[in-house]
This record gives sequence, C-alpha cells and structure tokens, in this order.
Amino acid sequence: MTTLEGFLIALAKTVVIFLGVVNVAALMTLAERKFSAWMQYRIGPNRVGPYGLLQPLADGVKFIFKEELTPAGANRFMFRAAPILAALPSMMTIAVIPFAPDIVIGGKNFGALTIADLDIGILYILALGGLAIYGVILGGWASNSKYSLLGSLRASAQMISYELTLILTILSVVVMSGSLNLREIVEAQSDITRWNAWNVHAMPQFVAFVLFVVATFAETNRHPFDFSECEPELVGGFHTEYSAMKWAMFYIGEYSAMTVMAALTVVLFLGGWSVPFWPDAPWYVGLAAMLAKTGCFLFLFLWVRWTLPRFRFDQLMRLGWKVFLPLALLNLVVTGAVVSLR
Amino acid sequence: MLENYAPLLILLSLALGFTVSQVVLSEVAGRRRKNVGKGEAYECGMEPVGGARIRLSIHFYLVAVLFILFDVESVFLVLWAVAAEGFKEQGLALFVFGEIALFVFILGLALAYVWRKGGLEWDR
Repeated sequence: MTTLEGFLIALAKTVVIFLGVVNVAALMTLAERKFSAWMQYRIGPNRVGPYGLLQPLADGVKFIFKEELTPAGANRFMFRAAPILAALPSMMTIAVIPFAPDIVIGGKNFGALTIADLDIGILYILALGGLAIYGVILGGWASNSKYSLLGSLRASAQMISYELTLILTILSVVVMSGSLNLREIVEAQSDITRWNAWNVHAMPQFVAFVLFVVATFAETNRHPFDFSECEPELVGGFHTEYSAMKWAMFYIGEYSAMTVMAALTVVLFLGGWSVPFWPDAPWYVGLAAMLAKTGCFLFLFLWVRWTLPRFRFDQLMRLGWKVFLPLALLNLVVTGAVVSLR
Repeated sequence: MLENYAPLLILLSLALGFTVSQVVLSEVAGRRRKNVGKGEAYECGMEPVGGARIRLSIHFYLVAVLFILFDVESVFLVLWAVAAEGFKEQGLALFVFGEIALFVFILGLALAYVWRKGGLEWDR
C-alpha cells in the first residue's frame, strides 16, 4: 500500500465517521423531541419534512441567523472559546472507537473501521474526555452571571466525581482483556478461549457494566443527573447567557458525547461489532450490529430522561463518592483476583 | 507506529473547522440590535445585584482535590491492569496481585478517612 493510498483511506474513514457522529447528534435532538412527545401522548415536530426529519436542519439555519447576546462584564474571549471547547473533546474521542472489523471490499482489506487504531485508546479517551470540563466551567465563569457560575460549578464537581467511577470500571475491563486498544478489547470478548465461554460475545462484568452506564449519564450531564441545567433552580445552568450558535454548540457537544459514550459502552461491555452465535459474520453485518447496539443505548438516554425524576445534588455526590467509588474499587480488586488465580 | 496518530490531525482539523466556522458564521450573519437591558446578565428580570465573580463554596475545592488524589492513584492501577494477565506466564500473578490489593487497601483507607472526617458530606 502506498503512502498516498493509506492517506486517502484514512481520510475517507475520518470523514465518514465524523459526519456520522455530527449527523447522529443532530438527529438525536429530533429523536429527543419525538420520543418525549410520544411518551407524553403528543405528536412532536412534524411540519418540516416527512415526520419532521428536516427539523434539525431548520434549527441549524435558525441558530445561524439568531441574534447573539454577550452579557456586560463577560470575558469576551473565553465566552467565545467555551462552546468550541465544549464541543471539541467529544468529537475527538470518537477517533478510537472501532465500528467494524476489517473492511474487505472486492478482496481488498481496508483495515478496521476506526479513525485511529491506537494502542493507548483507553488513555486517549480518558485524557480527552476529561477536557470536556473546561468548556463547561469556562463558559459558566466567563458569562458573569450567577446562574451560569453555579451551574458550571455543579457540573464540573459532578463530572470529576463520576470520572473516577468511569476510570475504575474501565480498568476492570482492561484487566480482563489485557489491552488498552479498543479493537483488541472487542476481540478479547469474542475469543472463545478467554471470556466467551457461552458464546454471548460480552464482557462478564455485570457490576462494572451497571456502574459504567450510570456514570455515563452523570458524565454527559444527562437526566436524572442534569444539575448543570436544572431548569427550576438554575434557569439554564452554565449556558444561561448563551444564545444562537454558541448555545447550540453546547448541545452538539452533549449529544455527540452521548453518542461516543453509548458506542464506548457497547465496545467495552457488549462485544462491539461481534454478533452472538455468528462468530465469522461479514464486516457489514458487524457494522450493523454495532450501530444497532449503540442505538439501543442512545434510546436508553432518552427513555430515562422522560421517565425518571431528577436527583438532588447532595444525593448525586453521596451516590458517587460513597457508593459508586467503593463498589468500583471492590469490583476491580475482585476482577484482579479472578484473573490472577485463574 | 507514529503514522497511527496522523488521522487524529485530520479529525482535529475537521472538528475545529466545523465548530469555529459555525460560531463565526452566526456572529457574522446574526442580527444585532443592542440596548442596555439586553446586555445585562439574566437574573429573573430584575437588575443584577453585584457581579458573578464571587467567593465559592469550599466544598467544590475539596471535591477537586479529592479527585486529583484518586485520579493520580488510578494512573498506577492502569499499568497493572494492562499487565495483569501477562504476569501469569512468569508465575508472578499472585505476588503482583497481592501488592495491588495492598495498594487499593491503602487507597480505601484514605477514602475511609475522608468519609469519617466528613469530607464527603455535602449538606454540612
């Protein structure tokens, strides 16, 4: 394979995955409104395009032409930079998620469908995911508004508290797969000699799985942990003062973070692209399986939001530090014992 | 293996181009009519009382420090987690696991200490 060919393949994969994530994020805004409408016995947006499918596009045009307000006393540079900082990390973390095994078209192997097949994929995700806090806290502080400040403080305290749970549960998976490479983690789950004794293609980590899924809700500031934007108390939270496209950037960031987290859950715990009872499925079936599994978790995000009541902030912090952190530590030690004694 | 990282640059340029262009576009295209009321920070329609550069609750600082503490500890666990299975070939698995169990036990002691001192109580 020549250098140019390799570059073109990498470029194609990058563009496809990036556009995929941005479009899924845009469609999720519509899905959220549609599902909430159906759950509340309403119709939801249905005017723009068939079934309201063009609604995100119409919203985008509206955001561009909206009037932008910058509050007096705001730090102008940070106020502009914060929405970009909030959206970038989640778009960057998608790079290491493997969506399909080696793509073979016409006998030619194009490699796995992932932007960068890094050996330190997990570390890359954790490092970049941690940066998402900057967008939130800078946006809240730069607005020079009390609601924004309180919202951003709460959001950042919540995100760093649950990041510990996230790291420790991911580590339990790493202990069992022996690799930080996400593609190898998926392959370890399909390996019949290791953790796939019943041919289900999933990581036998039930405690870690539950803790991880709950922590992703807190990490993405989603309901029932959406204290950063808890409407009855803090108006809009850290984006109270934002309007037009800058406001939309925070939401694009949130929805792409949800997409990445859903995909990551599937990759770490549910066997990624592998299909149960069909070990040598072709790559397009694998891709479909991966997308379907991810879609289920995206639906879970919406389902939970319109079903459960919101926590209180002290309950959230108590849950994170007094229940989740000890449980995650214990789970890691037990996993280590099992792996070492096996 | 450095060429593995090259696609990240493509992705970064795509993501930066998308976000920056959208924000700039809306700054250019959006209409602007300023007045004093619009420029004020939102405070339920009242005139804002004081600024927002205020003192923060010490709790947030405490949470941040505790996070750094446990975060740095978990970096050490990453190294073990990757190699845990590999140690079995050398017959060191139990020995290394014992060490890690001790490490996590000390970590747990720290957590218990903070807990007992009331560092995790939010409503105090």
